[in-house]
Amino acid sequence: MDLVQLQRQLVDYRTSLYHEGFLDEQFTQLQELQDENNPDFVVEVVSLFFEDSERLLNELSNALEQQIIDFKRMDARVHQLKGSSSSIGAQRVRQLCIVFRNYCEAQNVEGCLKCLPQVKHEYSIVKTKLESMFQLEQQILNAGGSVPV
Amino acid sequence: MEAAAADILPSGSSQELHVLAVDDSYVDRKVIEKLLKISSCKVTAVESGARALQFLGLDGEKGSLGFDGLKVNLIMTDYSMPGMTGYELLKKIKRSSAFREIPVVIMSSENILTRIDSCLEEGAEEFLVKPVKLSDVRRLMKDCVMRGETEGNNAGRRVDKRKFEDDNHTSSLSSSSSSTPSPPSSPSTTAPFGGDVATSELVSSLPPHSSKRAKFHDGD
Repeated sequence: MDLVQLQRQLVDYRTSLYHEGFLDEQFTQLQELQDENNPDFVVEVVSLFFEDSERLLNELSNALEQQIIDFKRMDARVHQLKGSSSSIGAQRVRQLCIVFRNYCEAQNVEGCLKCLPQVKHEYSIVKTKLESMFQLEQQILNAGGSVPV
Repeated sequence: MEAAAADILPSGSSQELHVLAVDDSYVDRKVIEKLLKISSCKVTAVESGARALQFLGLDGEKGSLGFDGLKVNLIMTDYSMPGMTGYELLKKIKRSSAFREIPVVIMSSENILTRIDSCLEEGAEEFLVKPVKLSDVRRLMKDCVMRGETEGNNAGRRVDKRKFEDDNHTSSLSSSSSSTPSPPSSPSTTAPFGGDVATSELVSSLPPHSSKRAKFHDGD
C-alpha cells in the first residue's frame, strides 16, 4: 500500500472510532497536545492508561471473588478507571464505569458481576483498536510520511 | 486569542509560572503536566496531598519554599484522592500564613454543586470539571497572571498586562507609588516595582470577581 493510501486508511479508521463511540473529543485534545518536542505523547499517555486499567480490572476481579465484598473499595477502583478512561477519551469504557459505579453504590452484587465482564470487554476492544491505529501511524512514519491530523 | 503565561510576562524574563499539580492518577498527571508545559509553565507533579505539603515545606520541615527554592505560583489539585482529599489540601494551604496567597484550583470529574460551593468557600480560585482542556488551562494562566500572583520576592514580574503596556519607564511608576520607597532602576525586566504597592494597585484594578478572593481572606 502506498503512502497516500495508508494515510487515507488512517483517517477513515480514526473517524470510525469516533462515529462508533469508542473515542470522544478528549482523544482529540490529547492529539492536539502532541508536538515535535514530544512526538510520542499520545502513545505514552495511552500506554499508561492500558497499564492502569489492567491493574484496576484485576483488582476488581479479585474484589468480586471475596467472601465479603468491599463495595467501597470497588467503587474507588471503578472511579479511578472512569477517570483515566475519561482523560484519554475512551468513551464506552467511561460510560460503562458509570453504570458499574451505580451497582457498587447500591451494593448490587449481581449487577457488579454482570458489569465487570462488560467493562473488560469494552476495554479490550478499545485497546485493540488503539493499537491498530498506532500501528498504522507507525507504518506511515516508516514510509517517510507524516501522520495526518 | 488567549495568551500563554510567557506572553504576558515581560520579554526576556526567564521566570515562568511554576505550577504544582496534585493528582493520584498517573494518566491525569501526565496530561496536566503536558497541558501546563504547553502553556509555558514550569510543572511539578506529585501524587498526593502529603507529597504536595512536603514539597511546599508545610509538613513540619524547615523552609517555606520548594526544594530548590522555586516559588509555587499556582496549585492545581484533584478533588478525590486517597488519604488527603484535594479539599483537605486546600484547607491546609489556605490556613497557612506562608501559602494562603497561592491560588488553588480544584479539579474533579464530578460536577457536584455542594462540592463546588464548599471548595470556593474555602478559598479555591476555580473548580474545573475533568477532563481538563487546554482552553481551561490557558484561561487559568490569564486569570492568575492578571491577578498578580507573582508578587513579593518575584518583583519585576509585571503581571497585569495593561499595566505593563502603560509602563515604559520605571521612573513613572516610582513617582506614582506612595508608600514603598522603590530605588530608581533601569527599565529592565528585573526592575523592582515594590511588591506591596504593585499588589495593592493591582487589587484595585482587578476584575469584579476578585472580590470573592478578598472576602475569603478576611474571613481567615
